[in-house]
Amino acid sequence: MSSTPPRSWTDDDVQTATRKKPVPEGLWLQCPGCSAILFKRTLENSLSVCPECRHHYRISADDRIEQLCDPGTFVEFDSDVVGGDPLHFEDVKKYPDRLQAARKKTGTNEAVKTGTGFVKGRKVIFAVMDFRFLGGSMGSAVGEKIARATEAAAAEDLPLIVVSSSGGARMMESGLSLMQMAKTSAALARLDDVGGLFISVLTDPTTGGVTASFAMLGDFILAEPQALIGFAGPRVIKQTIRQDLPEGFQRSEFLQTRGFVDRVVDRKDLRSEISSIIDYAGK
Amino acid sequence: MGTSAGIALPFEAPVADLEDQIRQLEARPDAADWQSDIDTLTASRDAMLAKLYGNLEPWDMVKVARHPNRPQTADYINAFCRDFRELHGDRRYGDDPAIITGLGRIGPYKVLVVGHQKGRTTEERIKCHFGCAHPEGYRKALAKMKLAAKYGLPVVTLIDTPGAYPGIGPEERGQAEAIAVNLLEMSRLATPIVSVVIGEGGSGGALGIGVADRVDMMQYAWYSVISPEGCAAILWKEANEETNSNAAKSLKLTAADNLELGIVDGVVEEPLGGAHRDPALAASKLERHIIDRLESVTRLNPKTLVEQRYERFRRLGEVHELASGG
Ligand SMILES: [Zn+2]
Repeated sequence: MSSTPPRSWTDDDVQTATRKKPVPEGLWLQCPGCSAILFKRTLENSLSVCPECRHHYRISADDRIEQLCDPGTFVEFDSDVVGGDPLHFEDVKKYPDRLQAARKKTGTNEAVKTGTGFVKGRKVIFAVMDFRFLGGSMGSAVGEKIARATEAAAAEDLPLIVVSSSGGARMMESGLSLMQMAKTSAALARLDDVGGLFISVLTDPTTGGVTASFAMLGDFILAEPQALIGFAGPRVIKQTIRQDLPEGFQRSEFLQTRGFVDRVVDRKDLRSEISSIIDYAGK
Repeated sequence: MGTSAGIALPFEAPVADLEDQIRQLEARPDAADWQSDIDTLTASRDAMLAKLYGNLEPWDMVKVARHPNRPQTADYINAFCRDFRELHGDRRYGDDPAIITGLGRIGPYKVLVVGHQKGRTTEERIKCHFGCAHPEGYRKALAKMKLAAKYGLPVVTLIDTPGAYPGIGPEERGQAEAIAVNLLEMSRLATPIVSVVIGEGGSGGALGIGVADRVDMMQYAWYSVISPEGCAAILWKEANEETNSNAAKSLKLTAADNLELGIVDGVVEEPLGGAHRDPALAASKLERHIIDRLESVTRLNPKTLVEQRYERFRRLGEVHELASGG
């Protein structure tokens, strides 16, 4: 890459740089991984990873970007791209009401953030999903933003980094959300055609239509430890086959042994892994 | 006619009564004497079918799409694909009977046919996992499609699946990866591809052989991101007749809905009362349609096709730009 880094970071910096957030109810929480009682502040200072058992908590797109990007280098694009309600979808709630609630809760317009940023001085294009926004589901806007990010990566010969965290396609856009799987995959075919680099990072959880499209199409596929990754959800599988699922089934380590994940990477090492792959790929 | 005898869908009850009466008359030794009654009953049966099928609820259409006598990929191949040579196996793991692939001739065209197969008998249905394919099915489809591109053969895919199989084996062997790779590779496959949803178009398992230059649906087929039952179980917290029906309506899964959304390019009309009542007529309508589609797509060179295929899927979806700042 020809771009000049704003400044260099060490990985140690990342650990102390996490933005201070208002602590929600209670200062303490019990770790679902090891049952240890953790001081929330400790967790925030350790990239939201349990210092006792390395349980990786789910984090927002903003926190993820902050952890991966050189400080102050992320420039978001398409933040104003939103979906509509093409089906006038109604279940027990109206889709626009669900969207409104998600926007209020997350302070963001959609379930993915895209933009340019630097990783250890290398310019990249990021697409980072946010599970808090309707379960990170992919509707028209998510598909559109990822396709645009992919097209930008191809046009500008920049590495594309997609961090997935999603329950799958967004039901309330039905067939149109299904089509986003084809749209994003087709965009990635074009990126591949021009020799572009795509690093797919799978985090907890990555399932359904997101896994069965762009998430599984990385030239390099990294996964955080113990992340749930699969096509069908474990509950659906259990109902279908009427038997218990094996220990560790559909977790990152399972996918690595079955040949579908290149490397399981601890959150604290993700930044250096990404920058190293970019280096090997000569981008 | 009459092949659906004995398997009437709930909303067809009035028709079933008439059909019983017609059958009883036809079975009489002196049936010839009853011909005018048979004709009258047949006419009112047809009128009733036209009325019922003209006002089907989406959930009823899903039931038609799943009718046990509805023609499947193998039936259509038998009906209009000449000199069919099935090709087995993905050269990696196995041969998934839930996806049939093979070479054949449709009209004046030599083609590769790829289609989901549900199976008819109980034994076949179990073998085919009720049309729910495994990763090896998707990988077989892609391997043969690449061959088709190599030898300049157009691809015809027939979609008919409730969804890809949710099980331990498929997950271990990369169900998601297999489908994802198909989406990517089909989008740039340098040969014409035409797809028709002939029955059920269930989610990624359907799309996994559905990235095509022309995508059409049979009149009573459904195509959606999730089945009505799956949607009802999640959003209504319970799948029952009422919530399934609501979900089917909300999902906009009918052929007419998908046409309006731009997800499919056309609708193949079915015989009166659905393809299961007259499979031969359904097959000839589908054959005609596929030949028409092949006629138009084989005129374009592969580069243009791939370009247009990209644009076709690229523009699907509804997005807006908020006023600055959002
Ligand atoms: Zn812990």
